[in-house]
Amino acid sequence: MTEPTRQAVMGPDGLEALRQALVRRGRTVVGPTVRDDAIVLAELTSASELPFGWGVEVEAGRYRLRRRSDRMAFAHSAGPQSWKKYLHPERVRQWTADRGPDGTLTVREEVDRPPAYAFLGVRPCDLSAIAVQDRVLVGGPHRDEAYRRRRTGAFLVVVECVEPGATCFCVSMGTGPAVHGGHDLALTEVDDERGHRFWVRAGSEAGAEVLAELPVRPADPTTVARAEEAVTRAAGRMGRTMPPVDLRDLMRDTLEAERWNDVAARCLTCGNCTMVCPTCYCTTTEDVTDLTGEHAERWRRWDVCYDLDFTHMHGGTVRRSGLSRYRQWLTHKIGTWHDQFGSSGCVGCGRCIVWCPVAIDITEEAHALHAEASGRDAEGAGAS
Amino acid sequence: MNVPQPYQVVGRDRETADTVTLTLEPVGDPLPAFRPGQFAMVYAFPRGEVPLSLSGTTPSGTGLTHTVRAVGPVTSALAGLRPGHHVGVRGPFGTPWDLAAARGGDLLLVAGGVGLAPLRPLLLRALDEPRDHRGVALVVGARTPADLLYRDQCDTWAQRAPVAVTVDRPEPGWTGNVGVVTTLLDRVPYQPRNTTAYLCGPEVMMRATARDLVHRGVPASRVFLSLERTMRCGTGHCGQCQLGPLLLCRDGPVVAWDRAEALLAVREL
Repeated sequence: MTEPTRQAVMGPDGLEALRQALVRRGRTVVGPTVRDDAIVLAELTSASELPFGWGVEVEAGRYRLRRRSDRMAFAHSAGPQSWKKYLHPERVRQWTADRGPDGTLTVREEVDRPPAYAFLGVRPCDLSAIAVQDRVLVGGPHRDEAYRRRRTGAFLVVVECVEPGATCFCVSMGTGPAVHGGHDLALTEVDDERGHRFWVRAGSEAGAEVLAELPVRPADPTTVARAEEAVTRAAGRMGRTMPPVDLRDLMRDTLEAERWNDVAARCLTCGNCTMVCPTCYCTTTEDVTDLTGEHAERWRRWDVCYDLDFTHMHGGTVRRSGLSRYRQWLTHKIGTWHDQFGSSGCVGCGRCIVWCPVAIDITEEAHALHAEASGRDAEGAGAS
Repeated sequence: MNVPQPYQVVGRDRETADTVTLTLEPVGDPLPAFRPGQFAMVYAFPRGEVPLSLSGTTPSGTGLTHTVRAVGPVTSALAGLRPGHHVGVRGPFGTPWDLAAARGGDLLLVAGGVGLAPLRPLLLRALDEPRDHRGVALVVGARTPADLLYRDQCDTWAQRAPVAVTVDRPEPGWTGNVGVVTTLLDRVPYQPRNTTAYLCGPEVMMRATARDLVHRGVPASRVFLSLERTMRCGTGHCGQCQLGPLLLCRDGPVVAWDRAEALLAVREL
């Protein structure tokens, strides 16, 4: 027996072969596609629906599609959606409860049967985001079963990033642009004088099996070198950075900083950043009944830490000011997430910067807090 | 399986105008044993769930006691239940009171209002194991005499341990203390350096009490508070109960003052 092929090169026609190989395995294949002037995620009925020749132009508070001069399918940075839309859906029914004529209560856990997903075109930053949600939702003593059912066995095709956006900072967060495991297949896209092609590597046995069914040729040194160069170049073209300090310490030590007043004066507390963030996971619950009142359902839906109700108790709302709510989001994301779940909650995808209606920039805020803390330290040093 | 398990109300005691104590027994298999300080998510069909700390166990060993004050739709529904009615229960969740920390020393329990409820099972356990400790003392505060919980039981406890009671606003006929609980911290016996303190009540009352106790020499690591934030899941997944680095459903509700002090000092954290 020969070793199964672990790496190869395929042309763009290989993407449809890949999609079909996944469909043959009973999978629902989801990937990026152009819809409503954005690159969104949707079930792919053909690989031709991938955003071939589309790029994006992003800045704080701004997102525009633009035509590329080549046929690249994955030369775009993050869109408004992320894979949590599928793995941690906006609304999930958790249980149904019925009261019998004798008053007894019967509660049935909702055990839905979600599709077996294959995600085609996961960026390395978003692969890290899935790993972050894994730690939050199934990494502790209690498991979120709705998430587990969707996540277990999901097939992940990662595409390394060669075209970072102006709001990207995965290098600062250590999540990209190269992939470092956790995938079934990894692709790197190359389009040069030798043609449009993909360097493909298997990251799991399931990935190797699929790779064996694709129209591939042996990996040639030129393609591999071009692919690696493109990813290295991407690492040098990040549009944003985080301050090169321990962000967890920075957040812990700046809770009373002046800068929070500044950002609070701009923040609308709309919660867009939480909706587009690939790791924001907070939820609330809704209990609904039918007209008889004898049948009830428990639903869980995404919640937003900017909402006043988020911290509402009988004694009142804990985080009343906009300042405290923006501070909660940022300090949780890049600070206390470490304490709670053992890693940062930020993967550097830049979505929160792009989709903020008033262009608040998480990296700018972190730099400003760092500058204020450094200035304070310098003053303290000068005075002593 | 993390769905509510059916329990039946087998006892209901009215404590105050808005507070009742429910005794629940499982309809099927009981949940794992609750320890004093831990909480349950109690489901009032069909309205919803609330987190309620354990306020006692039952002689059967399988039952749960919860004292609930009617302040919202779910707690009002729970307070309106009668024996025979059914509820759903999930749990146990959260950290228990650290009773082992007090071994060989003094226990001081300080309660404000309905905060006496989560302390009751701890008090009963400590009274049942007198050889494990030097002494047990209880300080109780309430808004008015009518808001005092477990008044008959308090009299019984007072025969076995020093109990001091105060109210913010006296009513005609009240001959006891008037003022906040911190005014009573010198009225019961304990050796501060050898004391473990357990506080439950409004946050402002716990902060003041913890500060005063530490000032008297009680080690901050042995002053325990039961903290409260919004909770939806109890299992660490909904993100609602954060207090800085803590998820109070997982890292609390019982938190030591040496960890809680800095967090509670930040406004609107």
